[in-house]
Amino acid sequence: MEIKAGESYGFFTDTSVCIGCKACEVACKEWNQLEGNEPAFLADSFDNTGQLDAQNWRHVKFYDRVPDRSTTSGNGTAFLMMSDVCKHCQHASCMEVCPTNAIIRTEFNTVFIQQDVCNGCRNCVAACPYSVIAINQKTGTAHKCTLCYDRLQGGLEPACAKACPTQSIQFGPLSQLQQTADARLEALHSQGVTQAQLYGRDDKVYGGLNAFFLLMDKPEAYGLPNAENAVLPSRNNIGGYAGAVITAVVGVVAGLVAFRRRRMA
Amino acid sequence: MTNHWRDIRNTDLILINGANPAEAHPVGFQWFMRAKLERGAKMVHADPRFTRTSAVADIYLRMRTGTDVAYFGGLINHVMQNNLFHDAYVRNYTNASFIVKDEFTFNDGLFSGYSSDKRSYNIASWAYKTGSDGFAMRDMTLQDPRTVFQLMKAHYSRYTPDVVSSITGIPVDDFNRVASMVGQMGKPDKVMTIVYAVGLTQHTTGGQLIRSAAVLQLLLGNMGRPGGGMNAERGHANIQGNTDHAISWEILPGYLKIPAPGQTNRDDYVAASAPKKSDPHSWNFFGINYKKFLTSLLKAWYGDAATKDNDFHFDFVPKPASNASWMTIYDQALKGKMQGLILSGMTASSIGPDSNQVQQALSSLKWLVVMDALPTTSSEFWHAPGATPSAIQTEVFMVPTTHWIEKDGSFVNSGRWSQWKDQVMPPQGQSRHDHWILADVFSRVKKLYQDQGGKFPDPIMAVTLKYKDALKPELDEIAQEINGFDLTTGKRMATFANLKDDGTTTAGDWIYVGSYPDSGNLMKRRGGISDPKTNDPTGMGFYPTWAWSWPLNRRVMYNRASADLDGKPWDTTRPGITWNGTKWTGDVPDYPATMDPHDPNAWLPFIMNGEGVGRLFSNSMVDGPFPEHYEPVESPVQNPLHPTNSASPVAFLYDKAAGRPNRFGGPQEFPYIATSYRLTEHEHYVTQHVPHLVQLQPKPFVEIPEELAQEKSIKSGDHVRVSSKRGKVEVLALVTKRLGPMTVAGQKVYQIGIPIHWGYVGVSADSDPSHGRYWLANALTPFVGDANARTPEFKAFLVNLEKI
Repeated sequence: MEIKAGESYGFFTDTSVCIGCKACEVACKEWNQLEGNEPAFLADSFDNTGQLDAQNWRHVKFYDRVPDRSTTSGNGTAFLMMSDVCKHCQHASCMEVCPTNAIIRTEFNTVFIQQDVCNGCRNCVAACPYSVIAINQKTGTAHKCTLCYDRLQGGLEPACAKACPTQSIQFGPLSQLQQTADARLEALHSQGVTQAQLYGRDDKVYGGLNAFFLLMDKPEAYGLPNAENAVLPSRNNIGGYAGAVITAVVGVVAGLVAFRRRRMA
Repeated sequence: MTNHWRDIRNTDLILINGANPAEAHPVGFQWFMRAKLERGAKMVHADPRFTRTSAVADIYLRMRTGTDVAYFGGLINHVMQNNLFHDAYVRNYTNASFIVKDEFTFNDGLFSGYSSDKRSYNIASWAYKTGSDGFAMRDMTLQDPRTVFQLMKAHYSRYTPDVVSSITGIPVDDFNRVASMVGQMGKPDKVMTIVYAVGLTQHTTGGQLIRSAAVLQLLLGNMGRPGGGMNAERGHANIQGNTDHAISWEILPGYLKIPAPGQTNRDDYVAASAPKKSDPHSWNFFGINYKKFLTSLLKAWYGDAATKDNDFHFDFVPKPASNASWMTIYDQALKGKMQGLILSGMTASSIGPDSNQVQQALSSLKWLVVMDALPTTSSEFWHAPGATPSAIQTEVFMVPTTHWIEKDGSFVNSGRWSQWKDQVMPPQGQSRHDHWILADVFSRVKKLYQDQGGKFPDPIMAVTLKYKDALKPELDEIAQEINGFDLTTGKRMATFANLKDDGTTTAGDWIYVGSYPDSGNLMKRRGGISDPKTNDPTGMGFYPTWAWSWPLNRRVMYNRASADLDGKPWDTTRPGITWNGTKWTGDVPDYPATMDPHDPNAWLPFIMNGEGVGRLFSNSMVDGPFPEHYEPVESPVQNPLHPTNSASPVAFLYDKAAGRPNRFGGPQEFPYIATSYRLTEHEHYVTQHVPHLVQLQPKPFVEIPEELAQEKSIKSGDHVRVSSKRGKVEVLALVTKRLGPMTVAGQKVYQIGIPIHWGYVGVSADSDPSHGRYWLANALTPFVGDANARTPEFKAFLVNLEKI
């Protein structure tokens, strides 16, 4: 695959074929020279990584939902696995709040934190709706998935996609990935797997995600905000203002009612 | 594997038993997913645990560990009772029509010929009735009650869905659903693959667990076909290569039998070892060439010293008088009959079984050499937590070796592809290649014999080491030696068909002849997916110019059986080989390349067997010609089929035979079933030295069914003790619904899962206050093995569970 500047690239992560092997996590750490955190047993299914942070740019989540019956059909719905990653949002909250313009959109239409410009203010850490970004304690700057910016510049696909044995993580031009995802969704639906859905494929979630997903359940089941909630803070404020006005009106009315009752008493 | 990884994508149905390919073979698992996604193939996973493989399977069957014979027996019964077998295949390509001797019987769990004193069978009655021509009698109508077909039908008629359910714990409805899917696979245009791993092997009935699946595949006509076969997933990058080159004590390279005492010459040996022709149309290729393969091996070993006059020094080959398998080594050490031991590329203390007893065995040695790239539980056992170094007299030598990335050579994968690899980095520090260390040891032993004489120096003196530097053989030179030479021309052999028994050819391992012909090292070939048109001309995924596959670069074994009697593929959309009127095309034929199938003298399809056909009934197993369900040696229930002979009557009981105290536990004291396994994040024990992988699975744990955990007030993350009659582990709890209760023989049983990867060596142990004192999973497993191979019963034993 020829990787060209000026084109949009991303990941299509198909959770229906993820086998939770964590090769993506290790390949990412090896390429990006991340040491990883102190080992800790998290008592949460097979997950001992815990979250995306400065040391973990890929994180395989496990949702152990095997029904308590002696026999169950798996088929991708009973033991959910999802390799989570920075979504490289079109409307990127982190970019919106970055005061130094350290966070930029690259020539591959991905979201990248320039380490030499980041001042470690942590605004992006708080703003990211997916809890992707964290401060690296050694450098004092914000870190996250770069979509292997250095590899893309050298014409190589990102390390996680390269390592994925089941093609759960696919890298490519966004338009091509979207076609692949549409076809895969249609195939699953035609096999009766109606709960399968795409997340971030269209612009309903933060204007569209360059790293989008095929999920085997509702986004909430994977700890992801659904389309109603996945909007930038600035837009949310419209609802927030309306809520405040309603609260104020209700408060005034309630006050008046209470005052009137007292007067009547 | 009879087939190979890529071939799995050609299948319609995948049965996975005793295996967890998504976790143990994630890269190979892509072909399972391709079959599912691209062809709509179905995947059925029958396993004690709901694993990452079950997660993407179409059907998961929660099954009691070690009961796969009952499962496959039930499927065999379903196929036979409903006439769903592949009729033409069964009649012509299996021994269904062969007539069995009247003396052969099966009663109350015992086949004829059993001796309870010896705990073994005299197999004389497990044979065919022969006619005046000396060949086996056959009834092609399959109606004679003494045909293999009718005996087998009667044998498996006991495996009704209810019986299968009561043994395996699989609900009847779910079993029937799978049975009806499997029943479709006997149609010529359908094909099913069975994939297994050590979850079938590591039982006292391991050989028969595998055979029961193979018998089902023969009935359905799925052996020899693309998308079919019996596919063993091997547990290390090169374990297939190890096996091929005789890592097991009972074989010589290339699966030739080890000679036995009393065999004084090659003819004695061949008479006792080679298959015998039992049908006039059987080629018996293996049988008629056995002597050539052996003679070429002797010439490779003993060179010019091996001559016709001295019978090529067959007298030099050891003829072990007793079993010398894995457990026997430690049994002998426990009996004080061993002085020293060299361990290379594995760690006995962790591998077990019954690690405490194995470490006691190591303590009984005078010396122990550990050849490894990194410290292991065997190199460190003498100062393990809880050990008293002053009480252990064993002198331990750690000899640092190179890691496989520091040398070239071949890896043979599960699909029998020998793939040459390059050295990635030069040896670090003072490490040396394992084969250089062995060469050095050998040269010093040879010198001692030269200087001091000895009881029998001749074999040591005669061994040929035709390398540029006998102390530092190159793997390339060894690969050529394995391939063999034509001594009259000096050229390397191109095929084992040209090997001779007159001493004019050599072959270090006959099945590898042709891997390194005069044209060069074919294992280095990389004609892959960059150009499928050129490299995969049939489109079946054989990729004949990618590396080299034994035998003779054949990608699907027994592939004559992929075509009908006329030589036309059973399914023309998935051809293995095809007769085009003058020759066989497609894969490298497992058959003479130009033998017309219409020739009245054409050979039967399974050319390696004496019968010429696949064996539904076989006398090559010591525990019965038909697979039968026996309980694991430690089981919470009695065998419902024959309670008086509940466990295998021929499993070898080491402790009992040696007069040591019994180390088996019963269900009163140890009420829960346990099984041991790997996780995807680790590779056996060596990755305890790899920080990135330790982070992924940092601490030892056991998987506990949620309902049982509630009974015991255990939560995930709690410390628990799991104990068996032999030892204990003290680790963390991981409570899950993926292991649930099941009903077996009317009683509720629980299974506990025990990952194996931890011990007192590595990153985790170093940082833990206990230093990994009770982290060896194999402290729990029983010291008992399969009757045939003596593979330990790692996969089914009894334990107790306590919160601590």
